[in-house]
Amino acid sequence: MKLDINGREHEVDAPDDMPLLWVLRDVVGLTGTKFGCGVALCGACTVHVDGEPIRSCVTPASALQRKRITTIESLGTDGSHPVQRAWIEHDVVQCGYCQSGQIMSAVALLKVTPKPTDADIDQAMAGNICRCGTYQRIRSAVHRAAELSEEKHHDA
Amino acid sequence: MTRDPGDLSQPSRRHFLATTATLAGGLVIACFVPFGRQRLFAQEGAPPAPPAMDPNAFVRIGNDNTITILIKHSEMGQGVGTSLPMVVAEELDCDWSKVRMENAPNAQVYANNAFGIQGTGGSTSTLESFDQMRQAGAMARAMLVDAAAQRWKVAAGDCRTEDGFVICGAHKASYGELADAASKLKPPAKVTLKDPKNWKLIGKPTRRIDSLAKVTGTAGFGMDVQHPGLLTGVIARAPVFGGKVKSFNATKARAVPGVVDVVQVPSGIAVLARHFWAARKGRDALEIEWDLGAGTSLSTVAMRADYRERAKAPGAVAKQAGDVDAVLKAADKRVDAEYELPFLAHAPMEPLNCTAEVNKDGCEIWTGTQFQGVDQGVVAQILGIKPEQVKINTQFLGGGFGRRANPHSDFIAEAVHAAKAANKPVKIVWTREDDIHGGYYRPMWLSRFSAALGADGKPSAWSHTIVGQSISAGTPFAAFSVKDGIDSASVEGAADSPYLAAIPAHRVDLHTPETPIPTLWWRSVGHSHTGFVMESFVDELAHAAKTDPLAYHRKLLPADSRNLRALELAAKEFGWGKPLPKGHAAGLAAHASFGSHVAQIAEVSVENGKIRVHRVVCAIDCGPVVNPLTIEAQMQSAIAFGLSAALHSEITFKDGKVEQSNFNDYVVLRIDEMPKVEVHIVNSTEKMGGVGEPGLPPIAPAVANAVFALTGKRLRKLPLTLA
Repeated sequence: MKLDINGREHEVDAPDDMPLLWVLRDVVGLTGTKFGCGVALCGACTVHVDGEPIRSCVTPASALQRKRITTIESLGTDGSHPVQRAWIEHDVVQCGYCQSGQIMSAVALLKVTPKPTDADIDQAMAGNICRCGTYQRIRSAVHRAAELSEEKHHDA
Repeated sequence: MTRDPGDLSQPSRRHFLATTATLAGGLVIACFVPFGRQRLFAQEGAPPAPPAMDPNAFVRIGNDNTITILIKHSEMGQGVGTSLPMVVAEELDCDWSKVRMENAPNAQVYANNAFGIQGTGGSTSTLESFDQMRQAGAMARAMLVDAAAQRWKVAAGDCRTEDGFVICGAHKASYGELADAASKLKPPAKVTLKDPKNWKLIGKPTRRIDSLAKVTGTAGFGMDVQHPGLLTGVIARAPVFGGKVKSFNATKARAVPGVVDVVQVPSGIAVLARHFWAARKGRDALEIEWDLGAGTSLSTVAMRADYRERAKAPGAVAKQAGDVDAVLKAADKRVDAEYELPFLAHAPMEPLNCTAEVNKDGCEIWTGTQFQGVDQGVVAQILGIKPEQVKINTQFLGGGFGRRANPHSDFIAEAVHAAKAANKPVKIVWTREDDIHGGYYRPMWLSRFSAALGADGKPSAWSHTIVGQSISAGTPFAAFSVKDGIDSASVEGAADSPYLAAIPAHRVDLHTPETPIPTLWWRSVGHSHTGFVMESFVDELAHAAKTDPLAYHRKLLPADSRNLRALELAAKEFGWGKPLPKGHAAGLAAHASFGSHVAQIAEVSVENGKIRVHRVVCAIDCGPVVNPLTIEAQMQSAIAFGLSAALHSEITFKDGKVEQSNFNDYVVLRIDEMPKVEVHIVNSTEKMGGVGEPGLPPIAPAVANAVFALTGKRLRKLPLTLA
């Protein structure tokens, strides 16, 4: 099957029922997207398909041909994306395992709701579990990311 | 081997290689500070003496001025990857922006000074290594100064250091320039440490070093290990504890495309495949006949009845004074209560996994573990090799909470068994269902209290009977934690409670039932149950004595009590006694564990029969502070973890099987239930305590006490439900 991952086309040899998560991790080698529950309950595997957040652990990759798949790796490795910057500034991460999914959910939220309230954040992020309990700093970092995104928009 | 186990904090491989090249000629410092502290854990014979100078070290200085601090403790979110480098960097006088972390390999030089072996737990990381890390930094600094003094032909005493430079008059050289020369010098026998009043870094809010790797998805967790040809395996384990494979047929499993091998290991049948998906499908296709044994009779309902029955008579006595029964019998006012807490899974976000490769030199392991010192012994025993032949590449841990510190090294042992049986490198991955079903739970607990209240409202007699499994029974750790039938971890926080001293007649006793259910330390260990029952029962006594709970704590605790000091700070910051919004009420609790004293006040409401926690004010006295940002994070974290247990989580059994399977029925806290947490740190010069666990014990009782204040209903069972 052919997959568009982070703007690059990949020819992938995988069974039709193989979830995108395992295609990304075990076939393509992009390990930033995490396995947490396997049944769309924890959000660790969140990626975007055509800009919408989805749970890659239950979405067969074969259904996503001719769609744009974006993963945490698309945000770059220098931490300059406004959400990443906010996460670093607010010292959000602890063990860090769920944070790829948290960040992908936050990016999707800010795209639709550039200035979210706490209630917006709680609603949009309730599908992402963090056992370290970084929730309070996630809330403050999403607000900060909204500010940074706005600044970036003005600068542009 | 595509992922180097080394510089995990750095996302770019290219960058890593560049750094390595410059490090080749750098300075390496090792030091070992012998501690008088009693070693807590068993070792066969004396532990090997640490080498005086070892290539495995705490500090490396690259010619490019990068400072790499080797972290002997496992970074599992608690922030050691930042706090330990802060301590080293303080004495080293280096440029903090140049500091990196790297996970140390397994070696005796990296032993936990409190354990005697390498391991992370008991909230010990910073307190046990604080002086050692200061020494390491100071030694490195002294060697750099000596190198500069020799180069400039001046006295070392005339040189000073600042932000990664040695300076003497007009001379100035960076640490990177001096690293090669310094590395050829002998480490000084003695160094003088900075006066704490001159600290620039210790005590200052400092952001984490590992953030960049963790926000870009490049941090290396055990789950992410990928080697060419590495097989991924999932294991079919017995559906009940104690079950064994009677026979199995792997024909259909082997027919699944991608499945490479099927091997039997002690814990079950492992299906090994080119990727996880094939391995999981292969496991689904296995046909296994199990010998289930006696495990099928297990039921939570029956266990609870058994625990209740046992609690009717005193068990082995952990602490006793006076004639409790006589005072209780003669009492005018008596309060009785029984509390229950369920088995709990740790459920770290990263499911358990381990990569093992058996090779001609021994065995190499890649995993997130809290227990390198135990693991290397277990692996050596399985393979019949020496512990030194076991190399452990510690990865970032996607949460630990105690689950990755297993006296049997369960998830590591089965990977080694599978790699040995298949004669190939193997990564064993647990599914979330495997994790929830797989045991090593926080034990189920029952507590029964009886207290007599004197005319002054204070308890004149106190009887506390605890029922629950011993965590360390049957492990080498029992030699240290079990004495006269009492596992100290079962009664910690109860038998050593600060309340007992002032109660003339008291008894704390313990029943230790044996069950086939494997148990393990779970964040805050015994305190995870004693914190709840002690502070709930004291609240009950306060209400029985018609006294405000804060005033009652003042009455019961000595004036110089650190618990009370924390509670007073929390009460002041919360505004205890001031009116709350309609439909809200507050409850408080104070509990000491792991050398730290924590008080919490929770503000709750009840919405549609559900308990909602709006705000938690937390005060901690942990002695000297290394990183306030870490303390705040760990208090928030422990409160969230404790709220999961207070409001939602439980593991129950029916016909021997665990009734929960994933986050749908093993429910944990989500962001929409996270209260606003305010953390206040007591200004304290007391002995340094831990911060990873002590924030947990007070939250459940604070919430339960608030619910009582609001509804008049005393909830004595976790998770708390109003139904």
